[in-house]
Amino acid sequence: MRLGRFHGGLHLDDHKAESTGEPIRTLPPGRLFVLPLHQHIGHDAEPLVRVGDHVGKGRPVAQPHGDISAAIHAPTSGTVVAIEDRPVPHPSGLPARCIVIEADGDDRWADGLPAPVADASALSAPELLALIRDAGIVGLGGAAFPTAAKLRTDKNSIDTLVVNGAECEPWISCDDMLMREQADGIVSGIGVVQRLLQPRQTLIGIEDNKPQAIDAMRRAVALAGLDDTEVVVIPTLYPSGGERQLIKILTDKEVPSGGLPLQIGIVCQNVGTLFAIHEAVVEGKPLIERIVTVTGDGVRQPRNLRVRIGTPVSEVVAAAGGYAPGVAELLVGGPMMGIALASDEPPIVKASNCILASTPAMLRRHDARPCIRCGECVSVCPARLLPQQLYWYARARDYDKAEDYHLFDCIECGCCDHVCPSHIPLVQYYRHAKGEIRQLRHEKEKADRARIRHQLREERLAREKAERAAKLAAKKAALEKKKAAKAGGDDPKKAAIQAALERAKARKAELAKQRSTTGEKNETP
Amino acid sequence: MLVAIVSITLLAAALGLLLGYASIRFRVEGDPIVDQIDALLPQTQCGQCGFPGCRPYAEAIASGEAEINRCPPGGEATIRALADLLGREPVPLDEARGTTPEEPLVAFIDEKYCIGCTLCIQACPVDAIIGAAKQMHTVIRDDCTGCNLCPPACPVDCIDMVPLPRTLDDWVWDEPEAPLLPEPPV
Repeated sequence: MRLGRFHGGLHLDDHKAESTGEPIRTLPPGRLFVLPLHQHIGHDAEPLVRVGDHVGKGRPVAQPHGDISAAIHAPTSGTVVAIEDRPVPHPSGLPARCIVIEADGDDRWADGLPAPVADASALSAPELLALIRDAGIVGLGGAAFPTAAKLRTDKNSIDTLVVNGAECEPWISCDDMLMREQADGIVSGIGVVQRLLQPRQTLIGIEDNKPQAIDAMRRAVALAGLDDTEVVVIPTLYPSGGERQLIKILTDKEVPSGGLPLQIGIVCQNVGTLFAIHEAVVEGKPLIERIVTVTGDGVRQPRNLRVRIGTPVSEVVAAAGGYAPGVAELLVGGPMMGIALASDEPPIVKASNCILASTPAMLRRHDARPCIRCGECVSVCPARLLPQQLYWYARARDYDKAEDYHLFDCIECGCCDHVCPSHIPLVQYYRHAKGEIRQLRHEKEKADRARIRHQLREERLAREKAERAAKLAAKKAALEKKKAAKAGGDDPKKAAIQAALERAKARKAELAKQRSTTGEKNETP
Repeated sequence: MLVAIVSITLLAAALGLLLGYASIRFRVEGDPIVDQIDALLPQTQCGQCGFPGCRPYAEAIASGEAEINRCPPGGEATIRALADLLGREPVPLDEARGTTPEEPLVAFIDEKYCIGCTLCIQACPVDAIIGAAKQMHTVIRDDCTGCNLCPPACPVDCIDMVPLPRTLDDWVWDEPEAPLLPEPPV
């Protein structure tokens, strides 16, 4: 098979051996679990529980809100002790809404969970999608896009299913270990997705620095007897695990700028996600745990752990032997794209693939120097951008120009940062510029809305004024008419009174007449 | 001689007709420059510029009646954008009109003290307060422009202007610190 090649990229020391020496260890559930409502792309999940509720393991505690959203499940049995703002793994360090569960220690499954399905091929596509959605599965490669939304496509529109086992970022080894130990489960998950999408072919891309994973996956594919499914060994090159880059390598097709792989008939799924799909459909287990690599020279025993979602980072580090002396920084994710944590209090979320603790020796921090226009960044950019131009425009706040230079095609892989001889934190400039542009767009939308609302209000006030004026005019006209009638002399009321008076007078006269005649009779018998 | 006069006259008449037709056929409704100016203003509708809303101010700028530095909510950025559009030099903000708030503010009604008088509803230029007579009022946060017109209208002083809480959705990465040495211009 002829492989494609993306532009640029870096050969990095992979540092995988540190954490792959021992098999995956399961971390027993701790006492307190913190479940952020926002741990996926899209809308926050909506809580389904209240403080004080007792929940069984696997019971949904929050439901998806809208199409692009994901459910969240109780990682163990226990009591909801709070729904409040807590620190979450986010670069801002801002707290966000979380459901906090205190374990009761029984770790008992909830009642009424979906039953395991022995034969997934007996289920229809909508049933499979519903199972995946109800299990709260999101992309476990790091982006955390809700998987059910990604798989909800037209049948026959998919040419290739790309399985991402590249795991290109240094230090991270959770996908590698999962492929070594759970290849059958991953392949079972691939089978489920194949049933959903009916792709013409399935390509499993794995970097050549993971020979054991490659062997295990090849064996599992052969054992399962999947048609048109191939394990493709790709050269180790960062960032070949990026969705667009991996698609380029495996199919030599390019995802259009600002578009999705779906547009060129490709769906890409990470191996961890596929294993979660297998667990959800075949085992009936929602997504309540994931494999996390705990590594770096800042922990004593780097290793991979099977961790319940919601476990505090501190407990995970403790399970890896605790901090080594001199630890200076804690990242979620790898050294290239990871985000720094202010403390180890935040929980492991669905997207947390790695906890990287580093000492100053590993960090190599430098002060930034001026750009010398060497062009190194251009030669390594996998998105074929011009990083130095983007840097100028981002710094000058010339955001229109930055967008002209396709700022939003930047995948923030950090290659340009890594090679910059002036140590300019380029990616941070791009992140800042992207955020500012989004903010400006948001403000523009708000201003447009305010303009319309103000206009409508002005119109309403004018209309109300006109209505009031019309009412007043009508009243005035009526009054005028009355007055005119009075002035004319034939006031009906007066006439009526006059008539009544006359009637009374006539009657009196009549009575007097009668009385006089009868009186005369009486007086003269 | 005669031929020249006749041909020029005919030409002038034909072109005149063409221009006359074009001025009717391609007539531009309204004043496009006012729309362009209005699009750059922040639409706070606060009246700090001395005009009853953003549109009247835009009209005043277009007619040369008002300077471009009378919009405190827009601040520097708006002045620069207006100067750019109109081909003028940017001028510093007229501080007498007010100061640019450091962060976006929205009105917040302390419902404990609200007496349901509807005065703030009448003051709001974008109808972002809901409520009725003798019913509690509240601000639609997403539609509030932070114009500061409702607090003075409140007879029981229960409206405050508060900063919008930063959430994960609108958080933006900090800009890195500038490099140690000055850089040459682009």
